[in-house]
Amino acid sequence: MFELLGIPPQALFGQLLLGLINGAFYAMLSLGLAVIFGLLNVINFTHGAQYMMGAFGAWMLLNYAGIPFWGALVLSPIVVAIIGMAIERTLLKRLYHLDHLYGLLLTFGLALIIEGLFRRQYGSSGLPYNNPLPGGTNLGFMFLPNYRAFVVVASLVVCIATWYVIERTKLGSYLRAATERPDLVQAFGIDVPRMITLTYGFGVGLAALAGVLAAPAYQVSPTMGSNLIIVVFAVVVIGGMGSIMGAIVTGFGLGIVEGLTKVFYPEASSTVIFVIMAIVLMVKPAGLFGTAK
Amino acid sequence: MSTSSPTHPAGAPAASGSGSSSLGTIFGIAAVAVLLVAPFGVYPVFLMKVMCFALFACAFNLLLGYTGLLSFGHAMFFGGSAYVCAHTIKVLGFSPELGILAGVVFAALLGLLAGLLAIRRQGIYFAMVTLALAQMFFFFCLQAPFTGGEDGLQAVPRRALFGIFDLSKDINLYYVVLAIFVFGFLVIYRTIHSPFGQVLKAIRENEPRAISLGYRVNQYKLMAFVLSAALAGLAGSTKVLVFQLASLTDVAWQMSGEVVLMTLVGGMGTILGPVVGAAVIVTMQNYLAGLGEWVLVIQGAIFVLAVSLFRRGFVGEIIAVMQQMKAKKAG
Repeated sequence: MFELLGIPPQALFGQLLLGLINGAFYAMLSLGLAVIFGLLNVINFTHGAQYMMGAFGAWMLLNYAGIPFWGALVLSPIVVAIIGMAIERTLLKRLYHLDHLYGLLLTFGLALIIEGLFRRQYGSSGLPYNNPLPGGTNLGFMFLPNYRAFVVVASLVVCIATWYVIERTKLGSYLRAATERPDLVQAFGIDVPRMITLTYGFGVGLAALAGVLAAPAYQVSPTMGSNLIIVVFAVVVIGGMGSIMGAIVTGFGLGIVEGLTKVFYPEASSTVIFVIMAIVLMVKPAGLFGTAK
Repeated sequence: MSTSSPTHPAGAPAASGSGSSSLGTIFGIAAVAVLLVAPFGVYPVFLMKVMCFALFACAFNLLLGYTGLLSFGHAMFFGGSAYVCAHTIKVLGFSPELGILAGVVFAALLGLLAGLLAIRRQGIYFAMVTLALAQMFFFFCLQAPFTGGEDGLQAVPRRALFGIFDLSKDINLYYVVLAIFVFGFLVIYRTIHSPFGQVLKAIRENEPRAISLGYRVNQYKLMAFVLSAALAGLAGSTKVLVFQLASLTDVAWQMSGEVVLMTLVGGMGTILGPVVGAAVIVTMQNYLAGLGEWVLVIQGAIFVLAVSLFRRGFVGEIIAVMQQMKAKKAG
């Protein structure tokens, strides 16, 4: 079959795997965006910068403190999440009573500041980060590098765990309730402002975790976040922000579609997600998993 | 609204701060008079740059300030028109006026396409959709053969306007750019103060109510979007004449962010705000050009400060203070 299409299976599955990894990052980032938007009503434009900070966190921990990848996988997201929570407490908090657009503008400004600072310090070109899981397995039809398999599995686990916590636990029920009616939840004696801070921290932590995972897969570069975040916005528009599972499925799905496009029509691979967004907007404006609001 | 009597009842909504029209006319004439003699005191290319970006910001403000739609993709109209204008003049040998016309028509058509898609979503999604569409257009420009890729289209000849006015002289070009700027500004002013503009404001204030009054809100939004795109295109094409260059910078998302910043700093929803904002930001960029990446940091910091502390922008704050004083006088 593959010979008929003129595509060697190695290339096809290789690109599929790359697409799956991209999809893992789309899923984790759009998941974080959706969780934050649900409770804060803020589209977190800083998300890309925080993803980049996660990657740089891992790089700095390795190069300045000698802490290897596995330590950074835990430490870097926590540090970035704490910085994020400080931002929420000091800046974002003041905007909740205003139009949502102000939150977008503020976080856009923050993204510029962070990217500018990192670009000044480290230049625009990428820094290498060594693969913590070298080697791979030959599956017969393709060669599977260990680290790439790890990224896909790890992000799936994180996404599904997030889904489970939000949809199936008591903590998640508080969160969902506060998304619907924060005033009522507050009246029941739950500290909603603290919950908002922690939720923002969690979403930011997810972005940073994606960043750490991305560090060995790609290069660590100050511009890695801003390029990605716009695609993730398109992913969010396609999936709609109504459902957690929707964000995960859309993220992985679009990553695979992008990977396939690289095989069959490489010229369109950078635009295919935006084209899909345009089509979805024409057919189902609320997004695949969204509800009209 | 057209009354010039100072006895406004306190707290009366003074139509988004346009002030009394006779005062506005005097101010407008004075401003044009200053701009007419300005090139003899200030470097004309700098002034032309300010006017291009001021027009761009005014066009953007028509959407954000008067219709309540935040477009995060206006660079595609600015830069797209710049590419078309540069290509038609440089490669096809168009005269400047035809090149600009081609750029504006292209921007309007692109605005129609993007608008049809974007107005299907509201609020925050509208911003994300426009940003994504602009990014798609960016990648298109990156790959398309006629844009010159990373190099862009350089050394676009200025030629002569209508075959008479030699634009290779900066001073001649200056007055052409001034005329274009005043024309664009008046179009926007006229639009805002027309019944059409009033409907746009109604949509901004309360979209469901505008719908319930029987207005076809989406058609109004689309018209505003196309108009805004066309005027942003006019700014982009004019910029090509000034710098003889169309490049990827013009279509990149940073450009969309810059025009948002200009409007925010100057005061969204005010007529003069975007002009002031453009002047402030362009001046800042000129002085800070040597600082490299710090410019990005400073722009971000201005964003954060403007959103946190003075959301009305320079002009908006001045209008607010003036209204307070008026209210005190009346009370």
